Amino acid sequence: MQPFTMHTGLVAPIDRVNVDTDQMVPKQFLKALTREGFGRILFYDWRYLQPGERPNPDFVLNFPRYQGASVLLARANFGCGSSREHAPWGVKDYGFRAIIAPSYADIFYNNCFKNGILPAILTEEQVDELFKRTEKEEGYSLSLDLPNQTVSDRHGIVYKFEIAPARKEVLLQGLDDIGQSLQHVAAIDAYERSHKATATMYDTVDVKYYSNGR
Amino acid sequence: MPPKTLYEKIWDNHLVHEEPGKPALLYIDRHLVHEGTSPQAFAGLKSEGRKVRRPDLTFAVMDHSVSTTDRTLPILDQDAKLQFEALERNCRETGVRLFDMNSKHQGIVHIIGPELGITQPGQTIVCGDSHTSTHGAFGTLAFGIGTSEVEHVLATQCLVQSRSKTLRIVVDGKRPKGVTAKDIILAIIGKIGIGGGTGHVAEYGGEAIRSLSMDGRMTVCNMTIEGGARAGMVAPDEATFAYMEGRPFVPRGKAFQEAVERWKQLKSDDGARFDMTVALQAEQIAPQVTWGTNPGMVTSVNGRIPDPRDFKDLNDQKATESALKYMGLKPGTPIVDIPVDRVFIGSCTNSRLDDLRAAAHLVAGKHVAKNIKQALIVPGSRGIKAQAEKEGLDKIFTQAGFEWRDAGCSMCIGMNADVLPPQERSASTSNRNFEGRQGRDSRTHLVSPVMAAAAAIAGHFVDVREFDVAHVE
Repeated sequence: MQPFTMHTGLVAPIDRVNVDTDQMVPKQFLKALTREGFGRILFYDWRYLQPGERPNPDFVLNFPRYQGASVLLARANFGCGSSREHAPWGVKDYGFRAIIAPSYADIFYNNCFKNGILPAILTEEQVDELFKRTEKEEGYSLSLDLPNQTVSDRHGIVYKFEIAPARKEVLLQGLDDIGQSLQHVAAIDAYERSHKATATMYDTVDVKYYSNGR
Repeated sequence: MPPKTLYEKIWDNHLVHEEPGKPALLYIDRHLVHEGTSPQAFAGLKSEGRKVRRPDLTFAVMDHSVSTTDRTLPILDQDAKLQFEALERNCRETGVRLFDMNSKHQGIVHIIGPELGITQPGQTIVCGDSHTSTHGAFGTLAFGIGTSEVEHVLATQCLVQSRSKTLRIVVDGKRPKGVTAKDIILAIIGKIGIGGGTGHVAEYGGEAIRSLSMDGRMTVCNMTIEGGARAGMVAPDEATFAYMEGRPFVPRGKAFQEAVERWKQLKSDDGARFDMTVALQAEQIAPQVTWGTNPGMVTSVNGRIPDPRDFKDLNDQKATESALKYMGLKPGTPIVDIPVDRVFIGSCTNSRLDDLRAAAHLVAGKHVAKNIKQALIVPGSRGIKAQAEKEGLDKIFTQAGFEWRDAGCSMCIGMNADVLPPQERSASTSNRNFEGRQGRDSRTHLVSPVMAAAAAIAGHFVDVREFDVAHVE
């Protein structure tokens, strides 16, 4: 996974509370077999007019001033709803390295860390201020400094954000957590022996592979 | 020992490894897998040369994109077909049990887990699907995960987790006639808001929860995620044990009795501390109808569409305005004046026998209104479908003008052909009324199965309490 330490980039604002993951990646794109290519369809129904997939000039990410944005400014409960990791895949593939919001839904927040995206949490007031500045100043950019846990701009704003130390470490080092967990394989073995984790089938059910495969 | 919550008991019993200041490694008893969120996980595993650690604890099913009509016909959706083939291949190669679309036990993942007894009290259960919270109805810790975590569980049978905060939701009193589990959970979400439970695991209690059937408890736990809490649970009791007995994966005889004795310990201790408590009184809950674009935008059937100016918070005003625009609704409109185009009774929220029986009773001898373009009944599993047919429910529905379909996620998510067309309005028993959820530009109103059935007969929303509801438990 790509590590995250510092990032400075153009800010794009999505001024809406409770943005759900269905909006980020609608259902028809959940039939993919890979993690690639979700940037093109991020916020699909808001971003494109049909027929013909024409860019919707009223949608903020299509405004010329926000082209090339890499910091997503959002409102409360960002990423609620479906657990689809296609949403953070889309956010990342679009070019966003960090999100700033007052709160996130749990599953989405968690999924960000699996994809090298920093989901920074600021207060409602701080986020309000950043929305105002983004609106006012074309080319407004923010710097996210993970080691120091700050969001700052060129005009002297420095906001501190909180992040769990273990989460911070994952991003800083770009850790593969499967590899990490497999270091504890002896503990997993021991747990399985002591707890006898099983799934015994007492009645035949109409199922393939495991039961007749071994 | 200090008193513990049910959540803490299950957590402690699944700890594999823990270091101070770090998230724990938690053992996972059941890993449920479907075609939509698993291909990348299996591919990742393969590319790293890793194996599925416990294929025997992993259960796969085709549900999200399956057709609910004739499955002997060729699959026209090439992307869906490729996903089914990928799941088939992944299960064959790794030895994971697969309920494919032709299995007589196929169904929505959160329906068949409990139905087959794969879900059992005290377990940890995960799935790459947010409605995994459903299984909490059996006193399990069950929640949705992303695809990277699916891969992690495949490889290790564990998950890296931090302790959640705990939320106690008490619904006291007696549920009035015509008010169902769906109305209870919608009322709860209306009260706490769709982010209200974020960071928490919820445990439900109180007389109105205790008196629900297992089907009803599953409905409540299912939509816990719509209130922001990743998991919702109900401590197991006699209703749970009676439901479990005799299901294919549930121990028999003496082993069952021993299991029941263990399961009886699964409850929060007296005096256990919760981080937050929410209380509702069942008598005050009316049948609920959502009017907006998230499940928290909900009101009673005898209510009206709100005015954005009713809200104090500027963000709420903007959200309401945009929701009403999307939904094509005007402030002040009585809910019962809203006409409906299509009715969908199905989904992991409301497609179980209780739901179908209640809806069938209501429509028996009646017919769907002329303005209804389609009324779909999609049983949650083929097992439910078979039982419903045995009881003659299919005949009641088809005679009333409903379509009787095969099992799957169907119009809840519209990944198959069951899509709600643009600008059309549904009365839907599903769980999400997000923009575009049932189809681009479509308009979803979430309701209970009896409210959906009544709307189908009337052609618009009606207060089901004014129907003959003697049979509506």
